Amino acid sequence: MEIKYKNSNLSLTIYVYGELDECSASNAKNILDKLLFDNLTAKKVIFDLSGLSFMDSTGIGLLIGRYKKLKQFNIPSYITGASVATEKVIELAGLYNIMPKF
Amino acid sequence: MNNKMKLVFSSKSENESFARNVISCFVLSLNPSLAELSEIKTAVSEAVTNAIVHAYNHDIGEIVMEAEIIDRTLHINIFDSGKGIENIDKALQPFYTTNAEEERSGMGFTIMQSFMDKVVVESNVGLGTKVYMTKLLKQDA
Repeated sequence: MEIKYKNSNLSLTIYVYGELDECSASNAKNILDKLLFDNLTAKKVIFDLSGLSFMDSTGIGLLIGRYKKLKQFNIPSYITGASVATEKVIELAGLYNIMPKF
Repeated sequence: MNNKMKLVFSSKSENESFARNVISCFVLSLNPSLAELSEIKTAVSEAVTNAIVHAYNHDIGEIVMEAEIIDRTLHINIFDSGKGIENIDKALQPFYTTNAEEERSGMGFTIMQSFMDKVVVESNVGLGTKVYMTKLLKQDA
């Protein structure tokens, strides 16, 4: 699992690569929370999942957790680039209702 | 073509991708579609995560994964000897989690049920949990 980001025009795009499961989630959470905390001036945050080769419900929990944190600062979050497999998990959880597809 | 396997591994989260890769290799002879393969891997990942996070609560125990292919039907059984589930009906409900502060989504069993054709859960408090999953693979194209 690897995380990269791009910050432009007050929009923070976070690229998640590799596998997001129980094994990688706590590391991902620490990296993401530091990144979000350093970018609280962002008007929106986009999670780009196109580099993700696997995600299960642990990844859903992680994304919902980041959504809640951002919501406290009134920063909307979005998801883009989910593979067909990742999208099935996202849709089952109804995640697009709170983190719309960008 | 019929085939079977059994794998025993420690309840370490590093072994989740190991279990996913083992099941992928095992079903490869059936020439599954990419969608079927990712559904099977995700269902296994959910069952193994439950064993690691809930059954053993991050302590180290043993997880058993058995798989059997009969014609184009895949059976996967995942057993743990952890604390067991007190209320299976509740555990099976979407978004139900006993561990919200750890940011669990409560979607594990729902994903297993959606991605596999049949899921049966047996559990005894203090003894462990058995998850039996079945998936009928489509005819080889």
